[in-house]
This record gives sequence, structure tokens and C-alpha cells, in this order.
Amino acid sequence: MNRFAALFATLDGTTKTSAKVAALADYLRSAPGEDRVWAIALLSGKRPRRSVRSTELRAWAAEKAQVPLWLFEESYAMVGDLAETIALILPAGKAVDPPALASAMRELAALSGMDDDHRKAAILDAWDRLGPMERLVFNKLITGGFRVGVSRGLVTRALAEATGMDEGTLAHRLMGDWTPAATSFDHLIGDGDSRADTRPYPFALASGLEKTPEILGAPSLWTAEWKWDGIRGQLIHRDGLLALWSRGEELITDRFPEFAMLADFLPSGTALDGEVVVWDHEADLPMAFSALQRRIGRKSVTRRILAEAPARFIAYDLLETGGKDIRTAPLMERRARLQSLVAGLSPTLPLGISPALPFSNWEELDHLRRSARQFRAEGVMLKQVQSPYHNGRKRGEWWKWKLDPWSVDAVMIYAQAGHGRRANLFTDFTFALRDGESLVPFAKAYSGLTDAEFAEITRWVQKNTLERFGPVRRVTPELVFEIGFEGIQESPRHKSGIALRFPRMIRWRKDKPLSEIDTMENLRQLLARAQA
Amino acid sequence: MSQDPVLTFTDRGIFCPDGGFHIDPWRPVDHALITHGHSDHARWGHRRYLATHQALPVIRHRLGQIDASGIAFGESLRIGGVTVSFHPAGHVPGSAQIRVERRGEVWVVSGDYKIENDGLAEAFTPVRCHCFISECTFGLPVFRWQPQDSVMRGIVDWWQGNAASGRTSVIGAYSFGKAQRILSGLGGIGPILTHGAVEDTTEILRQQGYPLPTTIRVTPGIDLAANRGALVIAPPSAIGAAWMRRFGEVDAAMASGWMAIRGLKRRRGLGTGFVVSDHADWGGLVSAIRETGAERVFVTHGYTVPFRRWLSEQGYDAGIVSTEFGEDMAEAAE
Ligand SMILES: [Zn+2]
Ligand SMILES: [Zn+2]
Repeated sequence: MNRFAALFATLDGTTKTSAKVAALADYLRSAPGEDRVWAIALLSGKRPRRSVRSTELRAWAAEKAQVPLWLFEESYAMVGDLAETIALILPAGKAVDPPALASAMRELAALSGMDDDHRKAAILDAWDRLGPMERLVFNKLITGGFRVGVSRGLVTRALAEATGMDEGTLAHRLMGDWTPAATSFDHLIGDGDSRADTRPYPFALASGLEKTPEILGAPSLWTAEWKWDGIRGQLIHRDGLLALWSRGEELITDRFPEFAMLADFLPSGTALDGEVVVWDHEADLPMAFSALQRRIGRKSVTRRILAEAPARFIAYDLLETGGKDIRTAPLMERRARLQSLVAGLSPTLPLGISPALPFSNWEELDHLRRSARQFRAEGVMLKQVQSPYHNGRKRGEWWKWKLDPWSVDAVMIYAQAGHGRRANLFTDFTFALRDGESLVPFAKAYSGLTDAEFAEITRWVQKNTLERFGPVRRVTPELVFEIGFEGIQESPRHKSGIALRFPRMIRWRKDKPLSEIDTMENLRQLLARAQA
Repeated sequence: MSQDPVLTFTDRGIFCPDGGFHIDPWRPVDHALITHGHSDHARWGHRRYLATHQALPVIRHRLGQIDASGIAFGESLRIGGVTVSFHPAGHVPGSAQIRVERRGEVWVVSGDYKIENDGLAEAFTPVRCHCFISECTFGLPVFRWQPQDSVMRGIVDWWQGNAASGRTSVIGAYSFGKAQRILSGLGGIGPILTHGAVEDTTEILRQQGYPLPTTIRVTPGIDLAANRGALVIAPPSAIGAAWMRRFGEVDAAMASGWMAIRGLKRRRGLGTGFVVSDHADWGGLVSAIRETGAERVFVTHGYTVPFRRWLSEQGYDAGIVSTEFGEDMAEAAE
């Protein structure tokens, strides 16, 4: 725990990538093997299972610190991080005999089988044995919220540096759902039997295109397709085993039993990249994302759900064929091979191809993009025809060009302080639109402004508070913001009767007075347009 | 005891009706008693000022021509119907708590205060009173300071580590108080350079006799090659600003109580933060309040709402004094 906490402190304490990689590589060269495996797992986003309930932890920490629970909660709201709050609030302990990382993880795993009293005793004992930084890391491990400013790519690069192995090879070997408790370091990075299992490839990611695509050069160098509003996934068939992996590298095969039959049609040694959507057979288009939501988060899939919300895999890339990794082949070639693979299959199978959009200049493509909603898409994807299927994000070759969000001008009526990085700024706001004489709250948003703007608003909120409800302040309705959102739907649960998807502040309209904000009627018109 | 309170809270600040004076007022008044020279306490535009002899030079430097008189720590002065005296607050050199007594009833205004003796500011002394008006900038139990010695060791290690790899260390600290407190523990280790704003105040305090090591003012003509591996002390606003570029490869850090929270450190874009505060931490606030023996406590500046609630639960008759901005949440509060 000692060394791992020190590594965490170094990673947390520097903003320089080179320093992060050096610290990681140093750890991966010299830490005990089982600790290395755990470090790789934790730093590349494999979360340990939460072994203690957060409510228990709060109560125990408050008791140990001799503060009332409400004061603990008040502190947590300011710090914004449970693990950190606990580490800060606990009195200093003995800090002797701290366990090493892997044995700490074993101790944690053992907790799930214990009764409440024993778990409490074990946690209090651990807190007592750990120093402040180790406590922070330990708490992050027990709350299941372990995260540090390191990407999987950085871990892979450091591992390559530490072992002298090829980065791309390592990236692929770290994919999938291996468990750190049952994997040795040599097995993890070794060749092993990785071909036989259904391990996915690192997903290639696109960057958001902020400007118009003129900057990309000649349109003929690019291919375009819809940006679907579904779940990104890799569908893999190897040796009779069919697997569907989400982008979060979760195995979600069981959630979509309709894909199981594809094992009989796709040749062994095939890996497809694409989008899982719910298909509207009548319109021959995907259904809205809300239909897909019925399929996610549900363990048992009933016949009724299968009939009402049938899933379909829209493939847009071929990564492996005939058991051969073809990711370095140009996109054109991969697309052609994908076409011929899928062309031979029955159209009744839940598998299709994301069609290439025809365009000869950027204006035409922009026109298509604006019509994306008709096709239940969020915008268009642009990919360079020669591009390989790269590991992760590589700026310049793949772009997503999204629809402009919908927007309305609204007034802020409530403000609440943020947490963590923005603990002493008001950042979480509730906005209202005019409905006759009254103001109706319709959206909450907390992103889209700069820290300087938040600081300015914070000073304003302090002088313009009308009423307090715990951490929330009702403020004079005066500041107007343009609120953007990606989608809109009816919702009886909301006071306004309307729910927005991804609302955010596009800009602070200092030029607009309260009298010029939009009305609920404007919003209802947008809803009608969305439903049309 | 009289019916009327000894001190009242007005839109100009704390007012003593029987003495006709305000304490740390934020709008122009006739007679202002000032706890210390920070700009949120010592403001421009009052007709007459009263502060400790030790606090006055910095106040004069900041406010220019003012009509001000000085008072010694512990000296009693009759003003109208009350007796006032100033007692060390341990916050910055010259900083005081102000005690106001009327016919045996004692109220104390803490100003900003810190319990730990930093070796530079006159050490905090608890003052018994019936009613205590306390700041609570860091009034949540997550704020616990490490002893100054261990923080200073951290600063020295960081500085020497940077010097060994040829980098200049730049530390952001408020130009009055925090900067000198850090300075005073760092004499004889290596060259220390100061930003003009820091050096102006440092010179004043040095002339007053506060023990401060030799420093070199950063000027356009400064020979940086001769001061390789130096430590630079600058106001927080200079951290990350163009001013810093002249030093070549630097490692920047901030010294502030807010650095205890990782999120706030990240907002500043800093890898390194030293938790050094000139305010009392949670334990300090709690013990200071207990030692006054006061039954009534008003809190101001900082996490006033939870702190007041906690005091009420401990049996105090507790209230909140609003400051100009209702409640200070801004980082500038330190
Ligand atoms: Zn101050
Ligand atoms: Zn202050």
C-alpha cells in the first residue's frame, strides 16, 4: 500500500505526462509481481467491487472523528470526494504495519463475507494502520471509486517502457475481463492463449469537430456515415464463442440474446466494430435511445422486451477476419471486406452495415448532417479513407461532426456550490422559462462555463441570495443563459412536463435581460418538432 | 448587564454604539478600529484609524495618507462609554483581537486568527469574554493543519529537489503575512528572490525589527544566472502569469490552507501545494472558542452555516454575522 500510495501521490501531484509515465514505469519495473498486476488493473480502470456500503463508511468515519453525521455530510459536499473526506476527517492513526497492495485487496475481498461488526472492526483497524495518503487510496479502493488522472494508454506506454515490449501488442493483451486476483504478471503480458478467447481490441475513438470540415482538405479523402445514437460495441466470434463487448470493456453478450445466432453465420475469427441499437423494422431505422435504455440495466430479457425492443448491430468496421488482425489495413480495404462479409448473410439477421453517405462537397455533407435527426442519428462521422484502426484516440483521422444542439435562453433561479475542484464556487444551477406570469424550472446544468465565469457568478450569487434551502440558494431571477441540449422528450416526472438530454450552458447572455428569455411555449414547440 | 448589545451588526460592519466606533468596517466611517492590515479588514476612506503600533506601518503603506493612531498590545483605552484593548491574534505581524468592555460585560472580535505560534507574528492569546465574534474561514472538520515544522521541511525538500535538477522554485503566497512567514523559516539555505509586492511589505516588517532573512528583489536587470536554483516568493496572482517566464524552467507551488483539498489544487493547475494557513483550523477554532469561556458566539467569514449549527449543538448561543458579501466563499478569503 505504501509504494502504491506513493505512486498515486506522484501521479496526482504532477500534470506532466512524462513524469507520470516515468513514475509508472518505475513502479512496474520494481514492485512485487502481484502488486504490479493490481496496479495495472486499478490504473487502467478496472474497478474493484465495492465491499462496504458508503453509508456505513460515512457513519464509521464520523464516529471515529467525533463529529455528527450531518457535519460529515456537509464536509463531503464541500470536498466532493468521499474517500478524500474520510482521509481528511479521521484523526491521525498509528500508521504501522500497512499491508502491500495485493494483500490489501485480498483483505478487502474477504470483507464481503463478514457480518457488520467484523467489517467495521476490519475497516477501523485498516484506517489506524495507514498514513494519510494511504488512507485516501485505501478509501478509494473500498468505495469502488478509484480513479486517477492516468489513461489506459499511459499505463500501456509505461508498461512498454518497463518491459521493452511493443505498445500495440500490450494494449491488446490488456483488453477484456481478466481478473487481477487470478492473473499473474507474466500471464497478463505474455502471449498465452489470447487468440482463443474473445478478447476485444482497443476501441478507436474519434474527436469532436468544432469547426466546419473545410479544414480537413479534399472531401474525396474522406468517407462519411451516420453517428448512431446507440451503444458502441465489438462483436467477436472466435471458435464458436460469440461475445459482445461494450466500449467500457464490459461483456454484454447476455443482454442481447438475439445476437447469439450470429455465431452460426459469421466465420470464426471475426471481429466487428459497430453500434448496438434498437431497430424499428417498419421504419427501417433505429428507435430513439430511450428504447435502448429499456434493454440496458436489465439482467433478464423477457420475450416481450425482445419483441418490443429488438436489438440490431450496425457494423462499421472489420478488425479481424479469418483470425487475422487487419487493423493496420486502410479503412477502404476494411470496409470492402466488411461489405462482402455481410452481403452474403440473410437480411433477416440482426446485423447490418452502417451505410456510407454520398457527398461530393462539404456543403452537401453539412446538408445531410442537418437532416440527421430524421434518420435517428446524432450527426455524422468522418473517417479518412486511408486510416488504420488506431488504438484509442488519434486526432486528425476520425471526427464526429454532431448536430448543433437545440437551445433556449433561460434565467437562473437556484444555485448550488460545486464540489472538488469547484468546491467554493457556485456551479450547479437550475434554470427557468417564462410561462405566462410565472417562471417554470425546466433544466439543471453545471457545465459549459469557464472557472472565471463561475467565480464571477459566485460573487453575484452571494449578493443576490433570496432564500436558502440547505446548500441550495434561491437567487434573484436576473442572469440569463443560453441552454443547449441534445434531445427532448415528454416526462410527467418533471414540473415542466418535459425532460432534456444533456442540458448545458452554451453561454452566459449578459446582453439579455429577463424580459427576453424564452417561454414554455417555445420549448413545447421544440418538443413537437422532435416528435414529428 | 445592560439591555443593549455592546456591539451591533450594521451594513457598514461591526459597530459599538457606546463607543461610536466601527471594527474593520467596509464602508467609510468616522472612527475605525482595525484588527490587521489585510485589505478586507483595513479599508480606505475612514476619518480616523486605530490599530496596534505593529500593524500601522503596513496599513499606512497600503492606504497612504491616513489619520491613524497606534496602541500597544494589552493597553487599555477609554472610548466613550467603553474600554477597548488589543490582544495578539497570531494571524500576521501586528494582528489583533479587539476586546470591548462595558461595565464588566466583555465582547471580543477575533479578526482573523491562528493558534500555532509561527515565530513571526505575536502569538495568539485567548481572551476571556462573554461574547466572542469569531472568524471561521476553515470551519469544517476536514481542515486540520500539520505542525509548521513539518510543512516547512516539505518546502525545503521540494526546493532542494528542484535546485538539484536545475529548476527554479516559485511559491505563491500572500504578500503580507504568509510570504514572510515562509521566508522566516528559510534563511541560510539558498538565494531567495521576491516579487516586488512581497519585497515592499518584507522591507517594512524588517525595519520594524521582525527577524527576516536577506532577500533579493526581482527587477528587470536581475542576474538570474547567479541565482540558479533559487526560491522565488510571489503573490498568488503571479503564479502561472507572464511574470514567471523570466525564470526559465520552474516548478510552481501555492502555500494556502485551501491546498488541503485536492480538487482546489487541481483548479489552480498545480501539482504541488503546501498546506500553510494563517487561519485557525477546525481544532484551533474549537479550542479557541472554548478558551474564551464565552456563552454567546457569533461566526463570520467562511463556513458560517454549518459551524453555527455545530456550536448550537454544543450548547452555545450562536449566531452568524454577515459580511459585505453575505458569506465569503471565494478563495481570496485567505
Ligand atoms: Zn487577514
Ligand atoms: Zn480576513
